Amino acid sequence: MRLRVLFVLLLILPLLAMGEAKPLGNDPAVEARLKALSQELRCLVCQNQTLADSAAPLAEDLRQEIREKIAEGMSDKEITDYLVARYGNFVRYRPPVESQTLLLWVGPSLLLIAGFTGLWLTLRRRNSLLPDDIEKGEDA
Amino acid sequence: MRPYLKYLLPLAIFMVLVGFFVVGLKLDPRVVPSPLINKPAPAFRLPQMGEASKSFSPEDMRGKVWLLNVWASWCTACREEHPLLMDMSRQVDIPLVGMDYKDTDAEASAVLQQAGNPYRMVAVDRDGRVGIDYGVYGVPETYVIDKQGIIRYKQIGPITEEILNEKIMPLLKGLQ
Repeated sequence: MRLRVLFVLLLILPLLAMGEAKPLGNDPAVEARLKALSQELRCLVCQNQTLADSAAPLAEDLRQEIREKIAEGMSDKEITDYLVARYGNFVRYRPPVESQTLLLWVGPSLLLIAGFTGLWLTLRRRNSLLPDDIEKGEDA
Repeated sequence: MRPYLKYLLPLAIFMVLVGFFVVGLKLDPRVVPSPLINKPAPAFRLPQMGEASKSFSPEDMRGKVWLLNVWASWCTACREEHPLLMDMSRQVDIPLVGMDYKDTDAEASAVLQQAGNPYRMVAVDRDGRVGIDYGVYGVPETYVIDKQGIIRYKQIGPITEEILNEKIMPLLKGLQ
């Protein structure tokens, strides 16, 4: 009997210590914004990781910095600008459209247009060839 | 289309690509150009190492061309650079200010005692806040700051003899 009481007590004991798991940050809304924002930003130490993923000490510092800026009421754009002013456009995964980045943005479309133009010219030339020419080879 | 063009065109395109790759291989992806070049050095006031009552601010250096070297005792590349800084501090009369980045005073001063102290003074950036303002992401980093307090050059990673002789020294001469 005594053993049984002890057993039940042992079962109850952990319940007393139970509480809600402590969140990593204090404010879930701040943490959500931090997460969204830091996924758009590059860690400068491990350059292929986002600020959200990186375990580098600098990334931790910058996340803390962003947390504070959010608490101060700065907008996402202001925070991004703050980081760009210090680390350059390299911190953004989406570079802005500027004179310097224009080729980056329109380059793929230009290549696509060039490809289609080339294709169209070739097809048109081929269409105008007589069946005879094709048998002999188009360059003959 | 002339027949030879058919073979030369792909070759030409290939050569252009090779050109891009050759240039690309020589670039160091770890070096990110700083947006702070030709901008005023961010203001700060930090305590000086070893002299708790004194502080240091870039304002104090107005009218002088000086170097700000961000370093730490835990940074191995800083050790590589250290002998060069020692030589420089002996040979040229340019104030070299250290910024001890995310470090402890005890460990930092142990390094300076053992390897020598090339710095006029060392500002202590314990939590790396000032480092963020300067866009520090990989120590050592060195800034050349002119008489008006404008950042003229940033060296990311250790200074080598080549960089010192070909870039930093001519720049310092020009600024003075």
